[in-house]
Amino acid sequence: MTQYTNEAVIRCDGIWKIFGDRSAQAMKAVVEDGLSKDEIRRRYDCIVGVRDASFAVGRGEIFCIMGLSGSGKSTLIRHINRLIEPSAGSVVIEGRNVGEMGAKELRALRAEKIGMVFQNMALMPHRTVSENVVFSLEVRGIGEATRRKVAQQAIDAVELTGWERKYPDELSGGMQQRVGLARAIAADPTILLMDEPFSALDPLIRRQLQDTFMKLSAELHKTTVFITHDLDEAIRIGDRIAIMKDGILVQVGTPEQIVTEPADDYVADFVAGISKLDLVTAARVMQPLEQYRQAHGMADPINWPVAHPDDKLNALVDLAVTSDNPILVQADGADLGVVTKSALLRGIQGRQDAGTETGGRV
Amino acid sequence: MAEDEAFNWLNPFASIDLDIDGRTDGIKQWAIANRDTIQPIKSFFDGLISLIDTTLQSVPPTIMLIIVVLLAWQAAGRRVAVLVGACLLALGLLAPGAWGLAMTTLAIVISAVLLCVVIGLPLGILAGKSDGFEAAIRPVLDTMQTIPAFVYLVPVVMLVGIGDVSGVIVTIIFAIAPLIRLTSLGIRGVNSSVVEAARAFGATPRQIMFKVELPLATPTILAGLNQTIMLALSMVVIASMISVKGLGNEVLRAMGRLDAGKAIVGGLGIVLLAIVLDRITQGLGRSGRERGHRHWWQSGPVGLILRLTGRKSEKPQ
Repeated sequence: MTQYTNEAVIRCDGIWKIFGDRSAQAMKAVVEDGLSKDEIRRRYDCIVGVRDASFAVGRGEIFCIMGLSGSGKSTLIRHINRLIEPSAGSVVIEGRNVGEMGAKELRALRAEKIGMVFQNMALMPHRTVSENVVFSLEVRGIGEATRRKVAQQAIDAVELTGWERKYPDELSGGMQQRVGLARAIAADPTILLMDEPFSALDPLIRRQLQDTFMKLSAELHKTTVFITHDLDEAIRIGDRIAIMKDGILVQVGTPEQIVTEPADDYVADFVAGISKLDLVTAARVMQPLEQYRQAHGMADPINWPVAHPDDKLNALVDLAVTSDNPILVQADGADLGVVTKSALLRGIQGRQDAGTETGGRV
Repeated sequence: MAEDEAFNWLNPFASIDLDIDGRTDGIKQWAIANRDTIQPIKSFFDGLISLIDTTLQSVPPTIMLIIVVLLAWQAAGRRVAVLVGACLLALGLLAPGAWGLAMTTLAIVISAVLLCVVIGLPLGILAGKSDGFEAAIRPVLDTMQTIPAFVYLVPVVMLVGIGDVSGVIVTIIFAIAPLIRLTSLGIRGVNSSVVEAARAFGATPRQIMFKVELPLATPTILAGLNQTIMLALSMVVIASMISVKGLGNEVLRAMGRLDAGKAIVGGLGIVLLAIVLDRITQGLGRSGRERGHRHWWQSGPVGLILRLTGRKSEKPQ
């Protein structure tokens, strides 16, 4: 996974969004009486879009927000560049409160710092590909020569060279979304907001675009908020994943945490069908060496295959088939623990007690 | 009057007189009283109309015919250009004076449509942006479109006198509604996600208007313009009652003398002019996609000239 620092580029604190004519009253009632979603709908005829969402995204991190349609994820992401005003809460980008910005400052932030990709592409049909790509430069009044150069770079980066002068409706869906991606990275922003960018594409094209995106992401190191309803995609792309349901962030964690320690039944249901092979690490399924020795007697680990604690189950399987012995987990020369065959199999099954089958801890 | 009659529950309206006609007749007094303030506006309109009229009249018919045909070719393609050329030829052959009369009518129509655009486009944009304004202007537009022209003919004549200026004002009142309605419709029809994308990339409201909303609404707005031009042409006969010259006046005079031949000449002239204007503006309204995504300068006579000169400059290399 990409490296990122702990410095928060985006910080959302207690975001609430209530839609409806009486949203202000409803928000007040929520603060004072803690009304539930249904009560708000009944008493104020208002819909809760986002309910008390807080999270922070570090520099260079890819933060996925995963949820089904109607869970409020698209609403939440629009608070980051203030396309939607929150009913309560604040968004801070690189130390500056977005909610307190004036119109001019906000436009500068949107044009220079934030690139956004939309599910339905939202390209301008009356502009050519390159005119679409440099829109954010054009609105800032940047000269023609620079614009042409930037457009070419961005279009090359998404592998659309040669299509600069075409119009969006002459392109296929996948190509249109490449234009959307080029438009988002053209101004070299710090932050990318991706609102279900690949959901409308067919699986093969989606995979291609994911690859393009991950390649770009590794090169450019953008702080990214990525929205998806596809857990596979979230696991593939995200450094961390937030699961959203009914406007609430149910769980935030690394893909491994989400898969191995689901916070509730809802998340557990979601992750049930996910392959653990490339997610779960040796550290999670091993038991301490001492414990193993107590149960199995003094064994000499001299001929045992050796793994690193961060190795995934897939790599452990490769080791396990070469030897009858259990796998020794070592880091910096120290023996940390043992992964037995049964622990490995339980781990692949996704059982949470994989490392404890002889009484060890998880 | 009605007060003398006894009040009758079964027919209450006969015995109630709110004197609405008497009160609204006050508009006449107001018009007469305010004539002087109207004068500068009137002379501005007069100048505009006579400028357009003298320009159109001073161009020899043959040259004018060629210009309009080239314009039609550029705007709507070769087939329309042929049709427009045939219509103009027929118009000129209708009667020796028909061409001049048609140019006068065209001058009135162009003045009225220009002013319709100047007034109607901003109002239409406002109506597209604001639900409140749309709701407020809708009954006004309904009134303007349906109220018989004779009703406002009198107050307008009271205000500015007979002549071309009144004719243009009356034409504007009748013809402006579709432009406002369709501009509003066009602005409302712009894909909201494209507008959102423009906002997300830092465009100002002004930039969103001129770079996104208006370009995308253009085909609808041009359809409105086409309707406005057609309605303006259909007003020329009524306008001729307040001494507006041109083809309409021919029809009116022919009616007075029961001269069927002359009426047909005038009427056909109006129809031919209508076809010419309609085909050209319809051509403008076609979207870029239908033209195969070519820029306007890549087709028509301009495209031909560019291609010819381009070929010449390529040869020496």
